Amino acid sequence: MATEILMPALSPTMTEGKLARWIKKEGDVVTSGDVLAEIETDKATMEVEAIEDGVLGRILIAEGTEGVPVNTPIAILVAEGEAVPAAGAATLAAPAVTAGQNGPAVAPQAAAPAPIAPTPAAAKAATGARIVASPLARRIARQKGLDLATITGSGPNGRIVKRDVENAQPAARAEATASPASVSTPPSAGGSRLVPHTTMRKVIARRLTDSKANVPHFYVSVDVELDALMALRAQLNALADGEGEEGVKLSVNDMLIKASAVALKKVPTVNAYFTEEGMLLHEDADISIAVSLDEGLITPIIRKADSKSLREISLEAKSLISRARSGKLKPEEFQGGTFSVSNMGMYGVKDFAAIVNPPQAAILAIAAGRKQPVVSGNEIKIATVMTVTLSVDHRAVDGATAAQWLNAFRTAVQSPLSLVL
Amino acid sequence: MSQTDFDLVVIGGGPGGYVAALRAAQLGLSTAVVEATHLGGICLNWGCIPTKALLRASEINHLLHDLDGYGFKADAVSFDFKKIVARSRAVSKQLSSGVSHLLKKAKVPVFEGFGKLDGVAANGRRKVLVSKKSGTPQTLTAKNVILATGARARILPGLEPDGQFIWSYREALVPEEMPKSLLVIGSGAIGTEFASFYRNMGAAVTLVEVAPRILPVEDEEISAIAHKEFEKQGIKIFTNAKIGTPKKGADSVSITVEAGGKTETITVDKIISAVGIVGNVENIGLEGTKIKVDRTHVVTDELCRTGEAGVYAIGDLAGAPWLAHKASHEAVMCVEAIAGKHVHPIDVTKIPGCTYCRPQIASVGYTEARAKEAGYKVRVGKFPLLANGKALAMGEPAGLIKTVFDDATGELLGAHMIGAEVTEMIQGYVIARTGELTEAELSETIFPHPTISESMHEAVLAAYGGALHF
Ligand SMILES: Cc1cc2nc3c(=O)[nH]c(=O)nc-3n(C[C@H](O)[C@H](O)[C@H](O)COP(=O)(O)OP(=O)(O)OC[C@H]3O[C@@H](n4cnc5c(N)ncnc54)[C@H](O)[C@@H]3O)c2cc1C
Repeated sequence: MATEILMPALSPTMTEGKLARWIKKEGDVVTSGDVLAEIETDKATMEVEAIEDGVLGRILIAEGTEGVPVNTPIAILVAEGEAVPAAGAATLAAPAVTAGQNGPAVAPQAAAPAPIAPTPAAAKAATGARIVASPLARRIARQKGLDLATITGSGPNGRIVKRDVENAQPAARAEATASPASVSTPPSAGGSRLVPHTTMRKVIARRLTDSKANVPHFYVSVDVELDALMALRAQLNALADGEGEEGVKLSVNDMLIKASAVALKKVPTVNAYFTEEGMLLHEDADISIAVSLDEGLITPIIRKADSKSLREISLEAKSLISRARSGKLKPEEFQGGTFSVSNMGMYGVKDFAAIVNPPQAAILAIAAGRKQPVVSGNEIKIATVMTVTLSVDHRAVDGATAAQWLNAFRTAVQSPLSLVL
Repeated sequence: MSQTDFDLVVIGGGPGGYVAALRAAQLGLSTAVVEATHLGGICLNWGCIPTKALLRASEINHLLHDLDGYGFKADAVSFDFKKIVARSRAVSKQLSSGVSHLLKKAKVPVFEGFGKLDGVAANGRRKVLVSKKSGTPQTLTAKNVILATGARARILPGLEPDGQFIWSYREALVPEEMPKSLLVIGSGAIGTEFASFYRNMGAAVTLVEVAPRILPVEDEEISAIAHKEFEKQGIKIFTNAKIGTPKKGADSVSITVEAGGKTETITVDKIISAVGIVGNVENIGLEGTKIKVDRTHVVTDELCRTGEAGVYAIGDLAGAPWLAHKASHEAVMCVEAIAGKHVHPIDVTKIPGCTYCRPQIASVGYTEARAKEAGYKVRVGKFPLLANGKALAMGEPAGLIKTVFDDATGELLGAHMIGAEVTEMIQGYVIARTGELTEAELSETIFPHPTISESMHEAVLAAYGGALHF
């Protein structure tokens, strides 16, 4: 008979923990006492042992998943030869953080906002897992506009109960209970408000801190003239107009994604992950594009941008961005990626530097294009110029290579025919 | 030689202690119980059970004197008081030996004697010294010790039980003969039950309460209805009352009661003092440990842990509410935590309380007043049993069901009931509160007809503007 293996409690007060590592794989034969997985809390690590013989039929919680409620089924054990039943209870997808060899989930952006991983919401929604919550918790969540899928249940078998949704948000109550000690500046007479973090905010905080602390960054900037690219865009869009309904209007951003892909093909050592074992060089240019959301940022991926036409890139980018904003991305659409592009041109910024999105080796920050005088030969002319800054993981890419890549990017933008050929 | 080292030793075999031992045995912990007098504790021997046996007799007596209303006629109805008391004792005895069998079946040895903490052995295990009436004390060792020594009646100076005129609940449970008149001091659950028992057996009863109303922990409206019903039955009630020192005569006792600006001297056969309880914290080896005691109760955290690692306290010893089901629930939670299971601390607003007077009283959660104090905007629903078909058919029209909801979320904050059979019905609201059902699920629930429990449904509908039958 198939049995569910539940998330164990390491201590009486533990309510959730991290599924650190699966020791056994799906399909592995296990005997009672075998270590199946490792569980971590902030305090301890423990092994989960099989209590019966069988076959690890299905892993329900991917390794690296944090905040797994105690008693949540984490895997299904079946008898040898038995069919694995359809995933039963709560199936949480691994947060993007586990990226590992699939690459990063998210592209951190500028010094300002940043990257994001799937919230449990996105993950649960994507896998269609059942959410177990009390009627009262459901109602309070609805009233507060909380997504139950983002909340960890502390009730029996991980059921979401009132205290979970009450704790899940700021509002008046949290404000009242926030101890002065936890707020560095005591609230002034005008009032300060403590807004508890969303899961997305926590992931942003953790991933960017990790990146800034552990990845040795350096930054290289160049100015790039946009006039030729904009002229080409105008021509292509005029053609598209003639195609009526079928016509696809290209954005400058679509073209810069393509230019990045072209540059990655020219200087392939930038299209890499630094790993302990060696440099992982990628064949395809899978470009993560930073999309800002009200609550943070997510980075859907245009796969194989190097081999796609501008039209394909444009269509795909539009679809990804709109689904990102409505929270409908599938995990595989934002997990992975080999290089990131963060464009803040629409905000009129002069220049900025982004934080590398590990394990990727580089991220390109694109500022606004502005008309300005440039010296061409011995003459001064007016051109539309933008500053782009490449942030680089120095373990993977050296300065000369970064400069080479930027030159390749500039050439692709300033002589844009390579984008359509 | 029999085993003396255990995973768990429980001191006290009441509904806290023996349940802890049974659960520990289920979870595979080697466990022993130390019990000084009788398995089953106060609950089975001197509390919940024997009082209910007596109250059943008084209910029958009430019915026998109310036969006309049902169309019966019986002459010379009488009772044998000794038999009534003997029946109550027999029920207690049966249950106490039942506990003994359960422990035996679970292979939990019971050490008869008085247990106390006795420091830590060289191997790090806790020592428990068991003193017997005769013979040398025995030392047990254990990884964990649960203290479940319970509580006893609080004694006010001047009101020390003397076996003759002044009774605590103990004496009141085993009277030699039926008193003609009594005065009960304290209108909590215990005092009220004794007042109800003796009144329904025919005694003249006076109930004296220092607080502004009887049953002070219940919802005000429930207290008021109880007050009226008791007075209808002939119980004399003084609230906001102060009592003097009893003066014992040859075969009666007098006491002054000061209330409402008047002082009255009341002369009765017996005085029952029911003014609360104190924890049994003495001589159990707490001195010199990190275990703290606050007003006769051992201080614990929400998982029943004391200041000493590996020592736990549960039940009446660990504080209010002083209820058997609270003791048993703490027992299970505490043992499961010891066994490494994930447990949920108890929320007192989910513990029901019942008083088995006539009419019965049962409640859970916030009263209307306490909900408002806590800052809730409340929605209150009420349904009188007078409008319930089954209550009328039973001839039990007195009573009210009252619900208190949080207007913002539909959370059932509390439920308060007075009337026939309400102690059997309150669990419906407790399930709703524990399972976090809102008015929506309760409204959609189909209650069987005709039952008194239909009033529970109506009281929910009433809170949302639509009781159907009132
Ligand atoms: C008259 C009356 C009516 C009640 N009615 C109800 C009711 O209807 N419903 C309800 O829920 N509650 C009722 N209660 C309360 C209920 O009885 C207690 O809440 C319950 O018994 C507490 O259980 P416990 O295990 O904590 O302690 P106890 O039941 O007091 O058990 C403690 C046990 O420990 C033993 N002991 C004490 N010290 C030692 C020691 N040092 N070594 C060894 N053994 C020791 C005692 O002999 C006793 O058997 C009533 C109480 C009274 C007095």
